[in-house]
Parts: sequence; C-alpha cells; structure tokens
Amino acid sequence: MFDDFIIRAAVAGIGVALIAGPLGCFVVWRRMAYFGDTLAHAGLTGVALGLVLGTDPTIGIVITGVVIGLLLLALQRQQRVPTDTLLGILSHSALAIGLIVISFMTTVRVDLMGYLFGDILAVTTTDIAWIYGGAAMLLVVLVRIWKPLIAVTVNEDMAVAEGVNGFRIQLIFTLLIALTVALAMKVVGVLLVTALLIIPAAAARRFAFTPEGMAIGAAIIGVLAVLSGLFASLQWDTPSGPSVVAAAAGLFALSLAAGATLKDTER
Amino acid sequence: MPDSHNHSHTHAIAAPAFTAETLINVESAVLSKGGRRILENVSITVGRGEIVTLIGPNGAGKSMLIRVALGLEKLNSGQVRRAAGLKIGYQPQKVTLDETLPISVRRFLTLTQPQSVEALEKSLADVHIPHLLNASIHTLSGGEFQRVMLARAILRRPDLLVLDEPEQNVDTAGAVEIYQLIARLREDTGCGILLVSHDLNVVMAATDRVYCLHGHICCSGTPDEISGHAEFMRLFGPSAAKTLAVYPHHHDHDHAPDGSVTHTH
Repeated sequence: MFDDFIIRAAVAGIGVALIAGPLGCFVVWRRMAYFGDTLAHAGLTGVALGLVLGTDPTIGIVITGVVIGLLLLALQRQQRVPTDTLLGILSHSALAIGLIVISFMTTVRVDLMGYLFGDILAVTTTDIAWIYGGAAMLLVVLVRIWKPLIAVTVNEDMAVAEGVNGFRIQLIFTLLIALTVALAMKVVGVLLVTALLIIPAAAARRFAFTPEGMAIGAAIIGVLAVLSGLFASLQWDTPSGPSVVAAAAGLFALSLAAGATLKDTER
Repeated sequence: MPDSHNHSHTHAIAAPAFTAETLINVESAVLSKGGRRILENVSITVGRGEIVTLIGPNGAGKSMLIRVALGLEKLNSGQVRRAAGLKIGYQPQKVTLDETLPISVRRFLTLTQPQSVEALEKSLADVHIPHLLNASIHTLSGGEFQRVMLARAILRRPDLLVLDEPEQNVDTAGAVEIYQLIARLREDTGCGILLVSHDLNVVMAATDRVYCLHGHICCSGTPDEISGHAEFMRLFGPSAAKTLAVYPHHHDHDHAPDGSVTHTH
C-alpha cells in the first residue's frame, strides 16, 4: 500500500529523529536554540560551498557546520559582543551569503526549496546509509561523553573544578550538533532543523524525571512526529518537512495538556 | 605569609613556602578584565586542615580570586600551585539549574562521582535533610539547596573544599548551622577549606586565617589580628570593626564535633 519513496522517507526520518531527540535535549537544557539555528543557516553556505567545490553538498554542509561551530565556541569565550547578538549576525549572514552564492549557480539547477525546507521524499538508499551510519556514530559518541556532558550542563565551573575537561566536552558537543544538523537538513531543511532538535525535547520534558528519560522520550516523540507528519503529507498532499515540524508542534501541545492532567491527578 | 602591606609590583616579597602541608598557593596574582584591574599582586595560601576566609566589599575580586585558585581564570601574571593530585570540591556562588533539566538530588550528588546508597543517605542525614534524596532539585528551598551542596562536598571527600558565600539565601540561624557543618567537616576529614564570605561575624568563629581583599590583600591574619587592623577599619568602617572587636569575648567556648558549644571556662 505504501510506495518505496514513502518507506525510504520514513526510515530516513526515524534515523534523524533518533539522534536529534537526545541531542536536542542538551540544546534545550543549555538554551542553545539560537546556536542550532545558526549552524542550520550556515548549512546553506555549506550547500553553496559544496556546489562551488563541485562535491556533494553534504560535505560542504559538514565543513561549514564544523567551522562555524568552532568559531562560535571560540567567540563565546570573549565578552565584547553578547552571544545572542553574535549568533544573530552569524546566522543571518550565513543564510544571506548562501542564498547569494547559490543564485550565481546558473550552470547547475539547484533545488533551493529542497535545501530550505527539506526534501525527505527524495531520499535515496545512499542517503539512508549516510543517515544511519552518521546517527549511529553520533549516538555512540554522545553516550560516551554523556556523564561529563550532564555535569558540564548542570554547572560548568563546578564540573571543571572537580576534574572534568570542560573545553574538550564542549568541543565534542559542538561537533555533534554540527553533524546532526547536517544529517537533519535532508529531512526538514535549514529553516526547520532547530525545530526537530528542540520540539521533541520540549514535549518530552513533562513526562521525564531523569535526563536519560527525557532523551529517550524526545527520540520517541521525534519518531512519532516524523511518522504522523509523513502520513499527513501523503494524505493531504502537504509539503513533507513542514508537515513533520507541524506534527511535532502538535505533539508538544498535546504534552502540555497531558502534563497538566498528570499534575492534577498527582494532587 | 607574604608581607601583604607591600602593594608594589616587586617580586621581592617572600613567597609563601610551598610545603608538604600546602594544598593551594596563589602567588603574586595579577588579573585584568576588559581593561579593569581586578587582582593586584595577590598571594594567598591554604594548607591541609586550615579554614581560610576571604572577606572584602562587593566587587573586591573575591569570587575572581577563587576562580583563579581553581584554574578557571587565566592570570596576566603570577602563578597558582596546587598539591599533586589535589581533589577539589567547589560550590560556586550561584548555581542556577534550568527548569527544563529533570534532575533529582540523588543524581545531583553523583554527577561526577558514583556513590553508594548508604553514603548518599548518610551525607544527607549529616546535613539534616535525609528525606530529600529523591526530591527534584527544582523543588528545594535556598537553604535546602545549600545543604545539598554541602552534602555533595562531604561525599566527594575533597582535600580542598572551596565555598563561595555558602550562607547565601539562608537565614541567620541557617547560616550558623551551615558554618557549624563546615567546621565539623574539617574536623572529620581534615580537608582544607577556602571560604568567601560577606558575613563577618559568623565566619570568624571557625576560621584560622582571614584575608581581607580589595583588589589587593589589604591585610591578613587571625581574626583577632585583622579586626584591629587599620586597613580593615577603613574598608568596613568602625562599626564593623567594633562588631569584630567583640569577637574575642567569645573565645571562652569551643565547638564540639557535633557543633554544640563547650565552655572552656
């Protein structure tokens, strides 16, 4: 009953949701939503870079993501310009520069909408291999730095004084976010990537009593969002990436209602 | 002890010797931030089993000096030496936990080091909050949170415990109790304690050495010595000095390990 491309889309989306959920929790806990946005917008510059270099755009996205991530990490340690101002500048200039460079690409046909809003229905088997390989690697690294990352998230100074190498953890975490954004772009595009990171995490908060519980909950809610978004997209012929994000938002709204009932029954 | 009356930049000041008993030693620390000089030739030292208190007005650089000692800030000049393998417990002035992070007291106590349930329960009993082991950290009052922080310090068995204004958000009675707990922790474990305080009276009771900081070390010594010091009078005004001068009269008692007061005459 389902076509191959729908199956592929669902499989790819689930792979992205599985890593975006747990990492998204840290984005929420550390109040880094804008940071994620900046990395995502830089992805468009990455696409342009990939096209200029004549390589796969994904490689360009990974390179710019890592560079911008490291740049932000370095810039956060200065105090001249407030971090959110800095992120605003980087985020929108990266988007603008990407759009300008792509507009010069008259020789190749560029699916700009696909990069901005994602083109999950066009994922290939190779894409799926990349997504699952990448997600598995990122999850392994995340699990390995989990404890110190939680300690640094609770209070960086305290963790560092107690012997955690805070800078190393921040560095690895920044790279994880950059790579996750590169993976997730395929599904929801640069403009909606942050939504896939933070909405499932925010929705999971109501039901979680431990950081791990929230991370697993976010992964599950992300998967549900992908499946229901794709279903809606198929049913009503809506754009798939935005449908996934809208479904995630719907689940978040439900979690608020369910959370309120949960609190009432506790009392 | 360095001659702290000398405010010049010369390094002729005799550096505090780094002995087997020294836990941490900051020497001739100079620190500027954003063009403002925050620490000016500051030297402090904390030894095993010592309680050292940093006092000074707001903006004197107390917290910054602590961060320097912990290696969280880079100095413009000067040096920080720590005993080899020094285990540090640190309680920052402000720990704000994001509401979105679900975390229990139990989890908070074991963030960087696993603990047995017995040890966890004992540590919370020691700070008189045995019932809070599984409570969410977000539901604690200011005083309860400070106790959890202390329990954390007890559990980790550090060589050096660094506490930045532990009496914050606690009423006077609570503050007295927290200081008694700190004094007892020193008795029980023999750790060194570096304390920042703005509450001059309560701190004085347990402390071995006081550094009065105002960008530079204005004066240092035992509580008795420092309360009569001219620099101290100038910084805190005669009324504070008078309050402190009252302190020696309290020397007729000691604190038993359980925090109760034993009169010696």
